[in-house]
Amino acid sequence: MSGFISILLTGLVFVIIYQIAKASEYATILRGEGKINARVNRTMALLLVLFFVLGIYGIWLCHDALIDKMLPVSASQHGVEYDSMLLVTLVVTGVVFFITQTLLFWFAYRYQSTEKRTSFFFPHNNKLELIWTTVPAIAMAVLVAIGLRNWGKMTGAAPKDATVVEVVGKQFNWIVRYPGKDGVLGKRDFRKINDATNVLGLDWDDKDNKDDIIAQNGELHLVVNKPVSILIGSRDVIHDVGLPHFRMKMDAVPGIVTTLWFTPTITSAKMKEITGNKDFVYEISCDQMCGKGHYSMRGTVIVETQEEYDAWMAKQQTYYAANNAPAAEGTAAPEQKTDSVKAITMK
Amino acid sequence: MSDVIIQGTNVAHTHDAHGGHHGHEHHEQHFITKYIFSQDHKVIAKQFLITGIIWAVIGALMSVFFRLQLGFPNETFPIMEKFLGEWAKGGKLNPEFYYALVTMHGTILVFFVLTAGLSGTFANLLIPLQIGARDMASPFMNMLSYWFFFLSSIIMFVSLFIQTGPASGGWTTYPPLSALKEASLGSGLGMDLWLVSMALFVVSSLLGGLNYISTILNMRTKGMTMTRMPLTIWALLFTAILGVLSFPVLFSGFVLLIFDRNFGTSFYLSEIFIGGKALPHVGGSAILYQHLFWFLGHPEVYIIMLPGMGMASEVLSNHSRKPIFGYSAMIISMIGITVLAFVVWAHHMFVTGMSPFLGSIFVLLTLLIAVPSAVKVFNWLTTIWKGNIRFTVPMMFAIGFVSLFISGGLTGLFLGNSALDIHLHDTYFVIAHFHIVMGVSAFFGMFAGIYHWFPKMFGRFMNNTLGYIHFFITLAGAYLIFWPMHYEGIAGMPRRYYDYSAWESFKQFESLNSFISIAVVLVFFAQLIFVVNFFVSIFRGRKMTTQNPWGSPSLEWTTPINPGHGNWEGDIPEVHRWPYDYKDDGNGNDFISQTTPLKPGEEAH
Repeated sequence: MSGFISILLTGLVFVIIYQIAKASEYATILRGEGKINARVNRTMALLLVLFFVLGIYGIWLCHDALIDKMLPVSASQHGVEYDSMLLVTLVVTGVVFFITQTLLFWFAYRYQSTEKRTSFFFPHNNKLELIWTTVPAIAMAVLVAIGLRNWGKMTGAAPKDATVVEVVGKQFNWIVRYPGKDGVLGKRDFRKINDATNVLGLDWDDKDNKDDIIAQNGELHLVVNKPVSILIGSRDVIHDVGLPHFRMKMDAVPGIVTTLWFTPTITSAKMKEITGNKDFVYEISCDQMCGKGHYSMRGTVIVETQEEYDAWMAKQQTYYAANNAPAAEGTAAPEQKTDSVKAITMK
Repeated sequence: MSDVIIQGTNVAHTHDAHGGHHGHEHHEQHFITKYIFSQDHKVIAKQFLITGIIWAVIGALMSVFFRLQLGFPNETFPIMEKFLGEWAKGGKLNPEFYYALVTMHGTILVFFVLTAGLSGTFANLLIPLQIGARDMASPFMNMLSYWFFFLSSIIMFVSLFIQTGPASGGWTTYPPLSALKEASLGSGLGMDLWLVSMALFVVSSLLGGLNYISTILNMRTKGMTMTRMPLTIWALLFTAILGVLSFPVLFSGFVLLIFDRNFGTSFYLSEIFIGGKALPHVGGSAILYQHLFWFLGHPEVYIIMLPGMGMASEVLSNHSRKPIFGYSAMIISMIGITVLAFVVWAHHMFVTGMSPFLGSIFVLLTLLIAVPSAVKVFNWLTTIWKGNIRFTVPMMFAIGFVSLFISGGLTGLFLGNSALDIHLHDTYFVIAHFHIVMGVSAFFGMFAGIYHWFPKMFGRFMNNTLGYIHFFITLAGAYLIFWPMHYEGIAGMPRRYYDYSAWESFKQFESLNSFISIAVVLVFFAQLIFVVNFFVSIFRGRKMTTQNPWGSPSLEWTTPINPGHGNWEGDIPEVHRWPYDYKDDGNGNDFISQTTPLKPGEEAH
């Protein structure tokens, strides 16, 4: 009932506003249209300019308020190039933005209707058209050239010495698989998946799988300054491995393997110093809508020195041993261990 | 002369028009055939517009609800429970329904409002009136087009109320999420209804589009050569061509999805383990759907933009009392946009694992499309340069359109460049980009059109005061909402998240999110001002007393004030000149109607 009354009241308010607006309009007509319309016209021209000026000020305020909340310096090699390309594009588009918006609002104000003014009959001019077809085309060519150079670099083949890691998405978490001592990820088959003992469907007939290590808590350990090639897969729907701090992302698509590679350049510990945030952590966000838990599909990346990485790796139990050995204690064991190592790296 | 700025002056017509009433002269029509199952293009236009407005309010209200969640994740809002019931128990939005709202908001605004509501309204209203035809090529098909849309609307509306909720896989409904009932609640019955509704929508869109094209090509009045058509008609022609060529591809994508969902095929599905078991599907490709979807999805962006561009061109020229600058360049740039629109779709898929080489080609083609867009912007700027600008409400919206089109168009250069997209993809930067350019900007084109042609539709004016208020709140609000989102996007904040508070990298934007949500609520109420203005003005607005209130040379203003079915009394007008002759006609008018023959020695444009 109260809902009904509030809707009724809201409606009433709008009708009253309409009536007042209408009355004021009739009043202006009664007072002599010519002058009032000219006045409205002047007012609107002024308001547009005011809007423009306030808008520019607002842009500055917005920038000032948000610049400290942006991402820290890129933690990957190509991310640095990414940032410089972003800056170039920002400058190019920024210049165009300010010129065109200024012209738009300035022309609107400058050429507002007055009794004396007549418009200038100016239907076309091929020279002008030619100029503003060519100039944007050249600007685009430059942006495309920079873009494709970077695109080629970041999507090209990973260096031969790159570590291989697999990241698999499922509703709603990430599973990370390390190849173990042999450096080879064994075969897997979605038909062999079992949530209790074989989360990725590893084929135990493939000996390459025997030494593979699986972290079900979505924690990806990387060695600083060592290129890493990530094989990406999905168990169910499309996900996306988003690595904002490394300026990278790639979809995880069921049925196909996608890849990305990069070289992390700043350790987690160092990044804590840079950002001055002791809770800082590199995060993997799921960037492709995957269902109701999409927003909670979080992984982490730990970038550490080779020694720290080796120390951590030494403590890991292979997934095969954890699940198939006679004395297996279930899947909980490796998770506990990774947690204890995390505590070390945080110090 | 006293009312020159807002009212314009009347036009001396070659045809003696009486104004006043017409509809009842020949035979009385029953209410049902006249207003409901009408075959009159003007009535069908109003039906599309009013349905579109109702959908827009629903879609906008949804955005208010999910913005309340995003802005104030720790608060509860009892009003949401009133509207959403079980889905917002205790005033807290359920995550499942958050995604349903996001999905429906997108579907409704993109398809039902900015496709059907926009080109359905203005193609129907303007094509016959501006080319001098009595009606569409097939008025019956035209009527069917509306009623298929109506049916589609009803099914989509019903899907909001079913137990498992409406579709919730995003407006793009990517499989496998949308194909598997196990993947989400909304992928159950809600998704089936979504697909049926959208299939009917495609039928409606095709019936309409074929009609628009054949009408424009075949039914132009004597003297109305293609190069004498107003730019609105050119824009609507290209819109229809885009729709007719790309909607069938979307339809095929939907049919395959229906097969995968219901008949055990594996077009999109492969190697999936979900709900505790491995599915038998092998060999399909989830990416195939994305190709089919975006083959429509990208031209769809221009289906939404082109009518606004056409109307803004018309309104800018008319209210500047100056011909549109570069008429031919405008047409050529629209041809460029139309052709390129078909070959840029995969720029939505740079990070799907598609071949990087293919990606490079799409980068090139995508940035190429910026060139005709830039030409259009410069032509609009030159159109108002040295004009004699009357700041009527439609003119304000047309200026706003250009401003927003620039702002939103420029960010396309970031996203179209794959090397930048790889970080910005699916972040708030994307939301900011497409909401400004094809959301708000297209809406501004639509508002300009509504305020400009409202007198033609209803014989009355909308209230100016409310129009100005509506304009400034919406323009300022749109920038307040979407400008800061660029920053969130560059910071990597992913879109379609229900809550960011658990993320170390994104939680710093909490206060900004609240700010944006407050702006959303304000802008929503400003739109209600428009809705009230629209509906009340139909019955109570200031009456139109002259045939040609804006002083426009084009044909729609040579019809009587309330034209009946058939538009012109007596013969249809003959056209002698282009539609932008804003020059002294020798009788104190600052324009020359298209129906006025060339003076001796005068050169045609």
